[in-house]
Amino acid sequence: VGTSDWIEVSAQPLRVDRAVEFVTDPRAGGIDVFLGTTREEKASDGSELVALDYEAYAQMALEQLRALAQRAREKWPIIKLAILHRVGRVELGEPSVIIAVSTPHRADAFDACRFLIDELKVDVAIWKKEIWADGSASWIHPSS
Amino acid sequence: MRITVRFFAILKDRAGTSETTLELASGSTVASALESLSKRFPDLQRDCNRIAFAVNRSYVKPDQVLRDGDELALIPPVSGG
Repeated sequence: VGTSDWIEVSAQPLRVDRAVEFVTDPRAGGIDVFLGTTREEKASDGSELVALDYEAYAQMALEQLRALAQRAREKWPIIKLAILHRVGRVELGEPSVIIAVSTPHRADAFDACRFLIDELKVDVAIWKKEIWADGSASWIHPSS
Repeated sequence: MRITVRFFAILKDRAGTSETTLELASGSTVASALESLSKRFPDLQRDCNRIAFAVNRSYVKPDQVLRDGDELALIPPVSGG
């Protein structure tokens, strides 16, 4: 593992070109990249979402993401992977998370990438708050 | 014994702080720590009754026994990604 995984929780804007560059490798036949981005929303009272504000229990989230990367490596022949999550305010259209995976063949890259984002959402210690145009803010409560 | 408690997201808002310390009898569990915290922060579980717990950054069940110096985190439902 080591230098083959780039796992970070950061307040800096995420750079997809850097993630792709990191996982690029001559042994790879496929690179799959997922970006999670802030989507516009309109509440029932007409107010509009302007941003999401992310908070993390960084030390725990990093340990969880490293364990998640290890689980993916046990399932697919991953050459390199990057899992980058933003904290702080993320404007509409901007990425809050980037996952990039390189594998020898494309099917594994798609599957591993999907596994990583789906599992990240299950229990990694990160939260988002909705920031509305009127200045109000509300923590998301997943219903499941 | 003394433990550190960390609050996140809505629970941080409810507690009005991100961190506190708690004096507990030895052998105390996570559940008993939560009981003490709810007395100190009466609003803690308002709008949030599904709290998960982590001790030293790993999820545990409420019957987990705490040790001196542990870091207990109260984890509201996560929403990363």
